[in-house]
Amino acid sequence: MNTEQLKQVSDFEWHIAPSGKMRVPAVIYADRALIAEMDDKVHEQITNVAMLPGIVQAAYAMPDAHWGYGFPIGGVAAFDAEEGGVVSAGGVGFDISCGVRTLHTGLTATEIAPLKQRLADRLFTHIPAGVGSTGQLRLDAGEMDAMLRGGARWAVEQGYGSEADLDRIEEHGCMAGAEPGQVSEQAKRRQRDEIGTLGSGNHYLELQEIVEIYDIKAAERFRLRQGEVVVSIHCGSRGLGHQIGTEFLKRMVIAAPGYGIELPDRELACAPIHSPVGQAYLGAMRAAVNCALANRQVITHLTRKVFADLVPGTRLTLIYDVSHNTCKEEWHTVGGQTRRLYVHRKGATRAFGPGHPSLPGDLRDIGQPVLIGGSMGTASYILVGSEEGMTRAFSSACHGAGRAMSRHQATRQWRGRALVDELASQGILIRSPSLRGVAEEAPGAYKDVGAVVEAAERAGLARKVAKLKPLVCIKG
Amino acid sequence: MIAARWEHFPHQADMGVRGVGPALAAAFEQAALAMTAVVTDPASVAPAMAVGIDSEAPDNELLLVDWLNALILEMAARHMLFSRFEVSLDGHCLHATAWGEAVDVEKHQPAVEIKGATYTELKVEKGESGEWLAQCVVDV
Repeated sequence: MNTEQLKQVSDFEWHIAPSGKMRVPAVIYADRALIAEMDDKVHEQITNVAMLPGIVQAAYAMPDAHWGYGFPIGGVAAFDAEEGGVVSAGGVGFDISCGVRTLHTGLTATEIAPLKQRLADRLFTHIPAGVGSTGQLRLDAGEMDAMLRGGARWAVEQGYGSEADLDRIEEHGCMAGAEPGQVSEQAKRRQRDEIGTLGSGNHYLELQEIVEIYDIKAAERFRLRQGEVVVSIHCGSRGLGHQIGTEFLKRMVIAAPGYGIELPDRELACAPIHSPVGQAYLGAMRAAVNCALANRQVITHLTRKVFADLVPGTRLTLIYDVSHNTCKEEWHTVGGQTRRLYVHRKGATRAFGPGHPSLPGDLRDIGQPVLIGGSMGTASYILVGSEEGMTRAFSSACHGAGRAMSRHQATRQWRGRALVDELASQGILIRSPSLRGVAEEAPGAYKDVGAVVEAAERAGLARKVAKLKPLVCIKG
Repeated sequence: MIAARWEHFPHQADMGVRGVGPALAAAFEQAALAMTAVVTDPASVAPAMAVGIDSEAPDNELLLVDWLNALILEMAARHMLFSRFEVSLDGHCLHATAWGEAVDVEKHQPAVEIKGATYTELKVEKGESGEWLAQCVVDV
């Protein structure tokens, strides 16, 4: 993206003034190099978002923003229902509530080293990953609805994990307002045997070593110790979420003219929050959030079983669970007024600062853990929501590295087998059912996650706490 | 004579699928083949079992997305891959049969699961030379 089209406010903040049909400005948080790397489509898409009815304050792009569908991936926008604000299926995306959770193992990298191969093999065997894989659970209609209403809480009630886990999940593990009746039979059919599966693409389960601590106080509170190993799980609402996204995108595209909404891009399909379609989508989308939370909870259970078998006595405790693709009803202060807003985060992480009432009691004074996933072979980061971040982009931060190169280009540049061997020589074990999938997800196809995280910190979105290096990656 | 064919086109995070053919229905069939090729080599998929698909949408472009999404649903819910397609169109109503087989990880080496067909780079049009083109980006 050409920086000449932008007004530079600081080294890490750039504005696009409202013009044409834009109702608010657009704001991009990134350094000059990241902006230069961004596709021009990010400019076009964030400008389009700024045109949507009822948008509040500005349309925001995070440092990892890249070309998405309607919204850029790494896009944040909030809408006020009382001012004709909309909810957008495109603004949430297909993989509803795709997110990351990270767990302590309490083991050091040295303790793990002799077990690494066996852990990698066992995790790959026990955690269903990749195309066509199925979970062990088969949900009948009643169980499906209970899962969609209860989320991770439902999973815990079924014996997958404990009450303590729920404390460390956004919405306390259960998104309120879910309406399974708004979820189509097709979406449920797609999900029947997919609970407890990782999926494919950029989804993964990793063992990671904490290699650097930046913020000693926050690290202590999150119980992060250099040299220790954590498990990170990145996946979403599986087929159910994809199907809901697909169906509502179509419904909203068809309904938009009737609501007097002129869509700058069909992918921005939306409906007024106060409309039958808007309310139906919110009910279905919240059910998909619960599906994602239940899915990550079941995968956590499978991971714990593998550890318990190989390293008896280990306790995997949840540090936190964040969702990336959501629309959530939140209270924010805008121009001195506290307002109820519907915040869309498409490929962006919520990053509540200290004192936020939705944080668990033992983290309330320090802020929310913000988990930033890397790509296979590159580092991941743990950040913490900051006071300053509450005034930027409605308490949001980046979510990962963001792709720099298409899958097409990646498969031309890398071969799966060579990549697996190269990463093994760096001590990173990859297990995947698909070598082409590995090539498409080559670390080199992503932006430098370090630069993204640095920009997020310098822009005041969240503060760096720790850096994690992958040891084992189970790739779908 | 216009040869039916498919190709991929790049998208930063995902993949574009494009079908070209002498008629709209042929372009839709080729786009479906291009979508299978996002996952695996279509030649590796035996057309052993037939699945019927019906779609309807207000225009040709939305119909393409609907057709591909109907296939994605069948691929996901049945754990199948498809390699042969027969599409017939009646206005903006589509009736089709897709032939394929169950996913076999060893045999098909599936690269990635498709989440949905999108309205991004969505185009259905007849070119000056008379050939039909049907394309969009699929989210993986």
